[in-house]
Amino acid sequence: MDVTEAAAGLLRRLTEEHGPLMFHQSGGCCDGSAPMCYAAGEFRTGAADVRLGDLTVDGVAAPIPVWMSSSQFEYWRHTHITIDVVPGRGAGFSLEAPEGMRFLTRSRLLTLEELGALGDV
Amino acid sequence: MVRYAAPGETGSVVSFQPRYDHFIGGEYVPPARGRYFENPTPVTGKTFTVIARGTAEDVDSAVRAADGAAAAWGRTSPAARSEVLNKIADRMEQHLEAIAVAESWENGKPVRETLAADIPLAVDHFRYFAGAIRAQEGSISQLDPDTVAYHFHEPLGVVGQIIPWNFPILMATWKLAPALAAGNTVVLKPAEQTPASIHVVLELIADLLPPGVVNVVNGFGVEAGKPLAQHRGVRKVAFTGETTTGRLIMQYASENIIPVTLELGGKSPNVFFRDVAAARDAFYDKAQEGFAMFALNQGEVCTCPSRALIQSSIYSSFLADAIPRVERIRQGHPLDTETMIGAQASNDQLEKILSYIDIGKEEGARVLTGGERADLGGELSGGYYVRPTVFEGDNKMRIFQEEIFGPVLSVTKFDEYDDAIKIANDSLYGLGAGVWSRDGNTAYRAGREIQAGRVWTNCYHVYPAHAAFGGYKQSGIGRENHKMMLDHYQQTKNLLVSYAQTAQGFF
Repeated sequence: MDVTEAAAGLLRRLTEEHGPLMFHQSGGCCDGSAPMCYAAGEFRTGAADVRLGDLTVDGVAAPIPVWMSSSQFEYWRHTHITIDVVPGRGAGFSLEAPEGMRFLTRSRLLTLEELGALGDV
Repeated sequence: MVRYAAPGETGSVVSFQPRYDHFIGGEYVPPARGRYFENPTPVTGKTFTVIARGTAEDVDSAVRAADGAAAAWGRTSPAARSEVLNKIADRMEQHLEAIAVAESWENGKPVRETLAADIPLAVDHFRYFAGAIRAQEGSISQLDPDTVAYHFHEPLGVVGQIIPWNFPILMATWKLAPALAAGNTVVLKPAEQTPASIHVVLELIADLLPPGVVNVVNGFGVEAGKPLAQHRGVRKVAFTGETTTGRLIMQYASENIIPVTLELGGKSPNVFFRDVAAARDAFYDKAQEGFAMFALNQGEVCTCPSRALIQSSIYSSFLADAIPRVERIRQGHPLDTETMIGAQASNDQLEKILSYIDIGKEEGARVLTGGERADLGGELSGGYYVRPTVFEGDNKMRIFQEEIFGPVLSVTKFDEYDDAIKIANDSLYGLGAGVWSRDGNTAYRAGREIQAGRVWTNCYHVYPAHAAFGGYKQSGIGRENHKMMLDHYQQTKNLLVSYAQTAQGFF
């Protein structure tokens, strides 16, 4: 998992405004198949979710956990994701929409070494 | 060919206001915090109006207005409400062309579709629920000779409705018509990508509705949608969107113990059995068209047939005919009546589709056609266009499993009937599906075995009122477009009445 510099800058601004943050990667429809950014704890994760890891962003004290539903993770486990941001409009209840920006997940295949390290997650 | 003038140009059949406020209590009200946001058309990427940026204060005003109107509206006779809905339908029909052009300009979809489908369907949905509420009856259970249970339908009160951007007016209608027919008042939040065209409709029908019965608060999901979903005065929330927001809305609903209906998208399989190619006749042509249906509305449909499963014995020949057909889809200016595919609704939507095309290629899927952004030149260069794209690959790939919400089709083959059902059901979603066969038994069995709320059989992308629409699995909860939707907007009141003259005998 990784985060682009542009996305990191936006995450710094959003942290100043909203406090600690979290992501949940959405499936399906309209604004979906995209990462949703919330104040930490706003979205209740549970047994149906997998914590993919934490984003570390310079200037943001708290790591930003990234979650996904475990059923969807089955189809994603072989990919490396990078949280990026593009100019956009609208995003469910994600925090960045009023900034005229939209977080976007970019993906590449994991290398064999990375897959080995992933093990049984 | 007709090319409609763009709103704002001389000769346009519709013009937008330079600014839209909230519609609350029967009048236009500026946002409490005085802020507005720009609304660009995806056709050119240029802003054409500004929209009130609603917040919790505005939502609260709207819920109070709706609450104030709820008792009187809920007491009106079904005949009176039916008459209002019929008048709304008539008014929209009289101004069909203007509404169609407005929606096309705002969403980027071809005017051919708004003229022939979106707006006529919206008109018909109002008429359907105008009729359905007249025909609805309560029930009586006779428990013993002296005891009767009466079941009455009562409205819920104020309902919150959060509308998606892919069919801004039709999706609003799917929710408004049954809610109003059932006697509820509504606070509606349009999508922030398509907030203006609903106001073109509202201006036409506002005089038909008592103040406060329909209220529209614009704004962003986090600033306006969330306070609506959490508001204590709202008795039910209806949402069309994606899974994470759907879960969040259920979570908010749990705070107030209210019901939700959710329509959350899909990854619909379109299954072609070998007998479709038994002859090169009209039916074969229809099935070929069914394959190309993924491009309808730029693929921005929750039921987009985004996975095609073709039986292996006809796989090559069927595709050999189907790919050129996809390549003949005319892409162009959405206000040109010959255009079949227009612009994606927003820049971020475009970027997301392109990112999925990238991951498809990385995972080893083969591009059979398309696979890139389209630059249509001139003023359209600033718009958001994607070539209709067909990938060949495996159902485990992410492009087969995730909703891209663009004109991207993932194709694979199957050997026997059981393989088809297995692949079709290997999905987190279950909203729509297509089954194509000349054999009625095969089509029936497949339709029953595919886990989806709507299985189009030898057709696709038909959305009439009077056919229930909704999802299995992670595609949502509830059914729209059918009189059963009235139940989703009503309480059941039971009067348990004893006509006996004697004591019950306990004390």
